[in-house]
Amino acid sequence: MIFLNQMLQGVFLGAYYALIACSLSFLFGVMRIINLAHGSLAVLAAFLLFVLADRFGLSPWLGLILVVPVMAALGWVLQILVLERSLKGGLLVPLLSTFGLAIMIDNLLFQGFGADTRSLAPAIGDLSFASWALNDDLAIGALDAIILLAAIIVLGGLQLFLARTRLGRTIRATAEEPEIVGLIGIDARAVYALATAIALALAAIAGAFLAFRATFNPYSGGMQLLFAFEAVVIGGFGSLWGTLIGGIALGVAQNLGAFINPQGFLIAGHGFFLVILIARLYLGPLAERVRFRRQRAPAA
Amino acid sequence: MSFTPMSVAHGPRVERWTKRAALFVASSFVALAVLACGPWLFSPGAIDRLSEFFVYVILAVTWNLLAGYGGLVSVGQQAFFGLGAYAAIRLSAGGVSVYPALLLGALVVGALALPIGEVMLRLSGGEFAIGMWVVAELAHLLVNLDPLVQGETGTSLIALDALNAAARRADTYWAALAGMVLLLILTFALLRGRLGTALQAIRDDELAAASIGVRVLATKRVVFVLAAAGAALAGALWLASAITFQPHAYFSVQWSAYMIFMTLVGGLGTFEGPIVGALLFFLVETEFGASGVWYLVGLGAAALGFALFAPRGLWGGFSRRFTPRLLPLGYHVIMPQSDVRDGAGGREER
Repeated sequence: MIFLNQMLQGVFLGAYYALIACSLSFLFGVMRIINLAHGSLAVLAAFLLFVLADRFGLSPWLGLILVVPVMAALGWVLQILVLERSLKGGLLVPLLSTFGLAIMIDNLLFQGFGADTRSLAPAIGDLSFASWALNDDLAIGALDAIILLAAIIVLGGLQLFLARTRLGRTIRATAEEPEIVGLIGIDARAVYALATAIALALAAIAGAFLAFRATFNPYSGGMQLLFAFEAVVIGGFGSLWGTLIGGIALGVAQNLGAFINPQGFLIAGHGFFLVILIARLYLGPLAERVRFRRQRAPAA
Repeated sequence: MSFTPMSVAHGPRVERWTKRAALFVASSFVALAVLACGPWLFSPGAIDRLSEFFVYVILAVTWNLLAGYGGLVSVGQQAFFGLGAYAAIRLSAGGVSVYPALLLGALVVGALALPIGEVMLRLSGGEFAIGMWVVAELAHLLVNLDPLVQGETGTSLIALDALNAAARRADTYWAALAGMVLLLILTFALLRGRLGTALQAIRDDELAAASIGVRVLATKRVVFVLAAAGAALAGALWLASAITFQPHAYFSVQWSAYMIFMTLVGGLGTFEGPIVGALLFFLVETEFGASGVWYLVGLGAAALGFALFAPRGLWGGFSRRFTPRLLPLGYHVIMPQSDVRDGAGGREER
C-alpha cells in the first residue's frame, strides 16, 4: 500500500512535469528551438509570485493574474530581441544564446534573492496539506488534484487552440512553412512572437505550481529544464498528450527509484529517460525496417 | 588591368606555409620553452594561476572541437571533467602513482565516452545539448554513490598531499603545460588532415557531406571521444592543483558556461579563437572573479551578446579583416593577377 501510494504521488508529480514540459515542446514545435532558458524563466515567474506574496501580501492565485501577462510580454520581447536574431544564425546560435540567457537569469535571481530556498506553500494556506484519504494509506492531496486538473486543462486547451481556432491553424501553418505563409499575408515574425508569449505564459503557470508544491532557489531552473526535456522525450516530441504520459512516466519512475533507495529518485528518473532514449534510437529504426519488409513482401 | 607574362607562367599558387606562419610557429615554440622553465622563473602564485590557465585552454579547445568543428553544442562536458577527476582519484587510491593516474584517468574516460557517444551522437541540435546535461547529472549522482567519495562531502587526492608543496606545484604545472601542448598538437594535426576537412564539411552541411561520402557518424565519434578525453584531462589536472574533490564543484554546469564563453568570445570554429578566449577568460576572472555573481551575469551576457551580434568571436572577426594566417592550417590560393590576395578562389579553407 505504501508502494501504491508512492506510485500515486508519482502520477501527480508527473502532472507537474507535463505542465512545465508542454511549453518547451510547443516552442520547439513552432520554431524548432529548444529554449535552454526555459527552466530559468519558470523559476523567474516563481520568484515574481514570491515577491508579490511576500512584499505585498497578494495571494499567489491573484498574483498569477498579474504574472502570466507579464511573462507573456517578456516572451514577446524575448522573441524580438533574442530568438529572432538567433534563428537567422543557424542551428547552434539559439542554443548558445538561450544558454547565455539562462546563466544571466539564474545569477541575477541569486543577486536579488540570495541562496535561500523558498516555497509558496505557506501562501496558499490549507491547500498545501489538505487531502482526501481514500483509505488508510492512500491519499490524494488537494493541491495535487488541482495540478493534475491544471495539466489536463492546459494541455487540452493548447490542443484545442491549435486544432480548432484560426490563430492555432495560423501557428501550425507557420511552423510548417514559415516562408510560404508570407505569401498569404501572414507575418511569421508576429506569429513567432505570439508563440513565444504563449510559451512563457505557460511556463509562468508551471513556475507557480513548482512554487506551490515544492521549494525553489535561483539555481533551480536547470533541473526543471531537464525534467521538462525528459518528459517531452519520453512522451515523444510533438505530441501534447504524449507529454502528459511522458511526465507521468517520469514521475512514477522517480518515485519508484526513491522507494528502492533514498538516493534513487533522480538516478531512476535520468536512467529511465536514457533507457527510453536508447530504446527509441535502436528499436525505432528496427521497427521501421520490419514494417518496410512486411510492406515489400507481398509485392516481391 | 596590366598584362604581365610572369603571372601567366606561374598561374594561381596554393600556399600553406607562409613566411609569417613559419615565424609565428617558431616564436610559439620559443614561448613554450620559456613557459617550460616557469617554475624557476615565476612566483608560486603565478605558477598556480598559469596551471589554471592551461586547463582553461584545454577546455576551450576541446569544446570548440566539438561545437565549432563538429557542430555539436554540449552543455554537459562537465560530465567528463568530473569523471576525469574521479577516475584519477580512483586510480590513485588503487595504487597507480599519482601523475600517471591523471593521464590514465583521462584515457579511461575517453574510452567510456565511446559508448556514451554511440547513443548521444544520434541526437541532434538541442536534444544533444540537453541530453549531455542529463548524462552529466547522472554521472554526478553515480559518483556520489561511491563510498570513497562519501557523497557531496567529497574526498581528496591523498597521494598528492604527501608530496612536498613546492615540488608538487612545479610537477602539476608541468603536467598541465604538457597536457595543453599535447592537446593542441593533437587538435592541430586532426584539423590539418583528412579528418579536419571532413569535419568542416559536416559542420557546413551534414547532409551534403554524407552525400559525397564523408562518414559522418565515424567522424563525429572521433571528435566526441577526443573532446571527452580532453575535458577529463582538464578535470584531472584541476584536481591536481585543487587536491580536494567535491563532486558538485566538478560536475557543475558552470564549467559548460565557461567553455561556451571562452569559445564563443574567442571565435567558434577557429583554431586560435578558443586560445584567445581562454586568455581573455583568465584575465576577466583575475580581474572580476572576486565580484562573484555579477561576474557570472557578465559571462552569461557576453555569451548571449556574442552569439547574437558577433558569432565569429574576436579572433574570427579579427582574422576576417586582417587575414593574419599565423598558422599553416588552411590553404590559401593566391591569384597572380589580383591585388586582392583572398580573391574568388582565395577563401581560407578553415
